[in-house]
Amino acid sequence: MTDAAEGAVMKTLSAIAVLLLAATFPARGQGADWLTFRGPGGASVVPAEGLPTELSAEAIRWSAPLPGRGLSGALVVGDRVFVTTSDGPTQDKLHLVCLDAATGKLLWDRQVLATGRTMCHSKTSVAAPTPCSDGRQVYAVFSSNDVVCTDLDGNLRWIRGITHDYANVSNSLGMASSPLVAGGVLVVPVENDSESYTIGLDAATGANRWRLDRPKGANWTSPVVLAPGLVALQSKTGVDAIRLADGTTAWRYADGADTVASSCLADGVLYVPSNGVTALALDPADPGREPKQLWRNNQLAPATASGLVAGDTVYTLNRGDVLTAGERATGKRKWQLRLQGPFSGTPVTDGVHLWAVNEAGLVQVVSLGETEGKVVSTLDLGDEILCSPAVAGGSLFVRSNTTLYRVGK
Amino acid sequence: MARLVAAVVVVAGLLVAASGRAAPPAFEAALDTLRQVDHEGKGNAAAGTAWPVVAAAGVESLPRVLAAMDGANPLAFNWLRTAVDAVIADGRPLPADALEAFVTDTGHDPRPRRLAYDLLRGTDEARAARLLDGMLDDPSVELRRDAVAALVHRAEAAGEVGQADESRALLQRAFAAARDVEQVQAIAKALEKTGATVDLARHFGFVREWNVIGPFDNPALRGYETAYPPEAGIDPAATVAGKFGPVAWRPVTSADPMGLVDINGVYPPPADAAAPAKEGPKEGLKEVVAYAVADFVAPRGQAAELRLGTKNAWKVWLNSTLVFGRDEYHRGMEVDQYRLPVTLVPGRNTILVKLCQDDQRKPWTTEWEFQLRVCDRVGTAVLPADR
Repeated sequence: MTDAAEGAVMKTLSAIAVLLLAATFPARGQGADWLTFRGPGGASVVPAEGLPTELSAEAIRWSAPLPGRGLSGALVVGDRVFVTTSDGPTQDKLHLVCLDAATGKLLWDRQVLATGRTMCHSKTSVAAPTPCSDGRQVYAVFSSNDVVCTDLDGNLRWIRGITHDYANVSNSLGMASSPLVAGGVLVVPVENDSESYTIGLDAATGANRWRLDRPKGANWTSPVVLAPGLVALQSKTGVDAIRLADGTTAWRYADGADTVASSCLADGVLYVPSNGVTALALDPADPGREPKQLWRNNQLAPATASGLVAGDTVYTLNRGDVLTAGERATGKRKWQLRLQGPFSGTPVTDGVHLWAVNEAGLVQVVSLGETEGKVVSTLDLGDEILCSPAVAGGSLFVRSNTTLYRVGK
Repeated sequence: MARLVAAVVVVAGLLVAASGRAAPPAFEAALDTLRQVDHEGKGNAAAGTAWPVVAAAGVESLPRVLAAMDGANPLAFNWLRTAVDAVIADGRPLPADALEAFVTDTGHDPRPRRLAYDLLRGTDEARAARLLDGMLDDPSVELRRDAVAALVHRAEAAGEVGQADESRALLQRAFAAARDVEQVQAIAKALEKTGATVDLARHFGFVREWNVIGPFDNPALRGYETAYPPEAGIDPAATVAGKFGPVAWRPVTSADPMGLVDINGVYPPPADAAAPAKEGPKEGLKEVVAYAVADFVAPRGQAAELRLGTKNAWKVWLNSTLVFGRDEYHRGMEVDQYRLPVTLVPGRNTILVKLCQDDQRKPWTTEWEFQLRVCDRVGTAVLPADR
């Protein structure tokens, strides 16, 4: 057989293999799914005219009991919702549960015992990181640094115990960075004061693709996809752009950054909670090259909730529970509105309205104007809500330590 | 050509997998495969193939799956644990007799015994509750916890109907049996209300008599990795160079019921070192290191755990061998924060603790303290033979 002929056969076989894989493991995920912390692209942006702007008790479509505590956000993949929880006297029983999105009925529950430490601050939980999905598998990470991968039907694919492997990976306050899956790599940040890593795991097997030494220091921020094959890791030292393929560094922004609120990307600009907010424009020709700083504004400094960008505006929530709108092009402050806080979760927006849920469970719908914002509707869930909402099918999905709520259509 | 052959093999494998005709491993082989998983994802790929075999085995297989958990490493246990979740989802009644037999056989691993108990409780709560009567000395901490809770409930009931002596006797039994820290403390409080005295430090096995030396320097947190003289050997009579001048060992006895050793109490800041903090308390040295050493006379050679709680960076040695260390500062502290498995030699054992204080000046960064106890894996105190 000639090289050309062999090449043609190889291409055909590769195509067959891809088709077979797709047929064997069909993805339920659709464009409207919520597959990761802060949703598509980690942007907290939802489709226009999706969520209700007038809320009442009737908007609670269902509420479902959860088998344990947690403040991780939910995922929605097709007709299923996925949530993590922990329970037991030492919170070492870790659950990944799947519920019917239409009814809240529990479909399955997969439980493991924590292999790492479960100590954490009383306000947080072992089920703090939001899981992620590629539409075929769900990847759950816990504060104990246990990682559980299942398919959408609960069939176990693989397990890792990061602290079981690297004994000093932990944080006595609790870990909370959410994982991210892209390009067949699950990015698991386990950054802390001692043995501090971000690890790239093979999404198919859980084996290490790479393990990156990271700045020693507690870090609760989550990674963001910058471009195909490139992710941003944020820490107290700044932001590192990391190549998914091998964990090498493409560029580094070294002017410091927050260790709680995470960056968000919109149209090739990374908005970093650094010195307030710093906007870094990626090189459109090669995002792996050094970005260009567009602006910086201390008046936009976020607190726990991450910032978000929609239309021509950047939004942040500060320590005084004030929602600040800033010009996306310049960072200049446009208006401010004090909401009822405090907030732990990041709001979501469609660019016209913003939905923010405070720690007391008060859902606040804010109308976003050019010169002012206004609260137009509220709904009191009467339950402690510390998670960032998931959005799908015209509904918000939020959870407390006991209950998952579907609010909306 | 080799690439082509390899590609054909891969595609053929995918075809077989997609058609569902791949021969599944036998049940026992599948269990064995799940037990082989190990660190860094070793065995995950094979386990992913074996797991559905176990998951589909039906509720009759539960005792065998539970038994396969005996001695399994934590990752293998979790592979099997999730398979149990799938097994019990087939909707048929669980084998209650077999589950009870498994729970009551203390030869099994505490982890699957607890799981069997939970499954039995889900099937027949009253039957499970009856088993608790015999579990006050159970090697499963959680089963023992439930048994103690039942006893406390009886004590409370007796108290409510005026049977004070009976109530106190039950509480004393519960206290003796309890190993869960919060539960022990709650029972101690209840007992003290009855006028009884409790010795928490002895119950837990806290080491309260230490010799302490310091302060040594910890500039830019480098003291954690700096081997000061105590790491080369313990000489009780030695005087060595410290951060502010010569230092020597001095005895310290903790009066705290939970064995807390406050190093700030040993070394109040000297006048010339009391740099006023911008914010936060003025007391307490910063950027310092101290060591605490204790002789522990073990009644026999045995496996044990040193359990440490501290907010400071630390290292622990047993008989001159480094057990573990962690350079984390002021993220929180609790009893049994770190569990360090060790082997005690018969007779004298030397426990050395290194405790580092950082440079933060926030109010929550003042503490320079630790608590350490010696116990078995259940949490039962191992008491020294000479005290």
